[in-house]
Amino acid sequence: MSLSAIFKPGQLAFIPYVMAGDPDIATTRAILAALAANGAAAIELGIPYGDPLADGPTIAAAGARALANGVKLNDVLSLVKDVHAKAPPIILFTYYNPVYQFGLAEFARAAADAGAAGVIVPDVTLEEAEPLRLALGAHGIEMPLLVAPSTPPERAARIAEQSGGFVYVVSRLGVTGAGEAPNLEPLRKQIAALRAVTKKPLAAGFGISTRAQVDAVRPIVDGVIVGSGLIDAYSGARREEAAGCVAKYVTSLL
Amino acid sequence: MRPDARGYFGEFGGRFVPEVLVAALSELEREVEVAFNDPAFWKEYESVLAEFVGRPSPVYEAMRYAAPVSRAKFVLKREDLNHTGAHKINNTVGQALLARRMGKKRLIAETGAGQHGVATATVGAKFGIPVDIYMGAVDVERQALNVYIMQLLGATVHPVTGGTKTLKDATSEAFREWAARVDDTFYVIGSVVGAHPYPYMVREFQKVIGIEARGQCLARFGRLPSDVVACVGGGSNAAGIFAGFVDDAGVKLWGVESAGEGAQTQRTAASLNAGTVGILHGSRSYVLQTAEGQVRETHSISAGLDYPGVGPEHAFLKESGRASYVSVTDAEALEAFGEFAKCEGIIPALESAHALAFARRLAADRGEGDLVLVNLSGRGDKDIAQVRRLTS
Repeated sequence: MSLSAIFKPGQLAFIPYVMAGDPDIATTRAILAALAANGAAAIELGIPYGDPLADGPTIAAAGARALANGVKLNDVLSLVKDVHAKAPPIILFTYYNPVYQFGLAEFARAAADAGAAGVIVPDVTLEEAEPLRLALGAHGIEMPLLVAPSTPPERAARIAEQSGGFVYVVSRLGVTGAGEAPNLEPLRKQIAALRAVTKKPLAAGFGISTRAQVDAVRPIVDGVIVGSGLIDAYSGARREEAAGCVAKYVTSLL
Repeated sequence: MRPDARGYFGEFGGRFVPEVLVAALSELEREVEVAFNDPAFWKEYESVLAEFVGRPSPVYEAMRYAAPVSRAKFVLKREDLNHTGAHKINNTVGQALLARRMGKKRLIAETGAGQHGVATATVGAKFGIPVDIYMGAVDVERQALNVYIMQLLGATVHPVTGGTKTLKDATSEAFREWAARVDDTFYVIGSVVGAHPYPYMVREFQKVIGIEARGQCLARFGRLPSDVVACVGGGSNAAGIFAGFVDDAGVKLWGVESAGEGAQTQRTAASLNAGTVGILHGSRSYVLQTAEGQVRETHSISAGLDYPGVGPEHAFLKESGRASYVSVTDAEALEAFGEFAKCEGIIPALESAHALAFARRLAADRGEGDLVLVNLSGRGDKDIAQVRRLTS
């Protein structure tokens, strides 16, 4: 199944991001169940990494907690294998170095074996994407690419063409985080330009953490990605209450 | 050599960054191409280096330090005599001139010990461009004097509290800050690391060391060195001096990493000697990392060498065999620091002391007709309090 199938006409696909193993795998398992029960069209599952260049403090801290707890890539793949039959499609979100050390072909095989539907790697640019895209493609896994506000139109068109399943539209400059809201005017222009060159669904992320922000982008995109806000919603809570916090947050958002 | 169109030296280098930074790197790459072909750009760079930095730095024959073990000439390239006390300023002058050409309104930089931060704050003050420095919270504590110097020069110092709170995290934070204000901000990277075109660009700004040294050796000693020795953290002073001799096949090139407590221990910073190929801060090179691809904590007595990565061109020079990379422990560097000061009346930076320690060992294997050239990359005033603590 292509990831494009998670986008339904007239409906905003909700794609939450959660860091695997923050603070432990059991908690993540409970959060994934809560997300599945509360309308997630797909789930981005973060693989913990110590030097996340595209992430702000919230996701960086979540990754650090998971690493401090000893969570490794294989633990994340085992979790995916356990839950994927009962969950919406799972998209692994990882930096390139852990994948590179695992071996591209080996990683693609392991991710497919676990049942992952997609892989997003924020520090693999269009120019460097091909080896991993081909390795994943050989196992039927798609690799959505990112378009940023600073991406020139001609380049955005080439990214959209190579992007697997959908196009991840970064809605503002900077890194992930609930702080600054999307910059709507440039985002609208970016979306309009992308619509002119691709039929692939467009999902917006970065800086979207409230219902008002979701509603602001709802008319122009096919999906919305929410990460830091969701992590903030449970990271102060006791482990057994994390899934409940997530359910409550998602309800407030949609 | 020039990297290929995608920024690779052989299989090392490239551009592994979030998409938000790609346009800025492409813009920089275009500007570098134009500026490097513009004689007026180099003319201004050279004039700032002459009048503000004090170049050319001399070469100087050290008569006593290696004499007990060697009859070879032992020659220093005196980058310690530059304004701000190290080679770092050659690079920040070049990048500030580029930033001005590009109309950027702000400079940002990472710093470990504070040397690159001071060099960036210095050119920011000279050219009237505001400067923000990102520095690990642990380093802010350890290097309070350099923090104060940066502030005196008008820069704002931002302590970074993520990760290990040291140079690696300061670099990541500077990348993030650049991503947030990529339109008006110029990121002044302090070494031959990062995404293309940084490793190439920084090397070109440090190449002046090697070009001068080659001419000075010929003029003064009537010959080229048999060996050129430089310390390697990220590797900018080594890349600079190597660039002057890389085409002279008879000149051996030696990069000296910090072994810390031993290159095969966990407490090391010797990326080329103890690391594996990986991706860090935008390029593919050798990285000290776990089997799972997590970047390891590093250790070196010298803050300037305490970095888990290394410039991609060094990885290429290692693979191709053109340069050799060795390592020196904390204890050996400390011993060389004290010995060199007593023998020569020059207090070297702890970074440079690594090069001196290996160079003396090397000189012991060299004879009457040989000439060992060491890049004395910086002066050691900044290290005196630390050395005093460690040795008393």
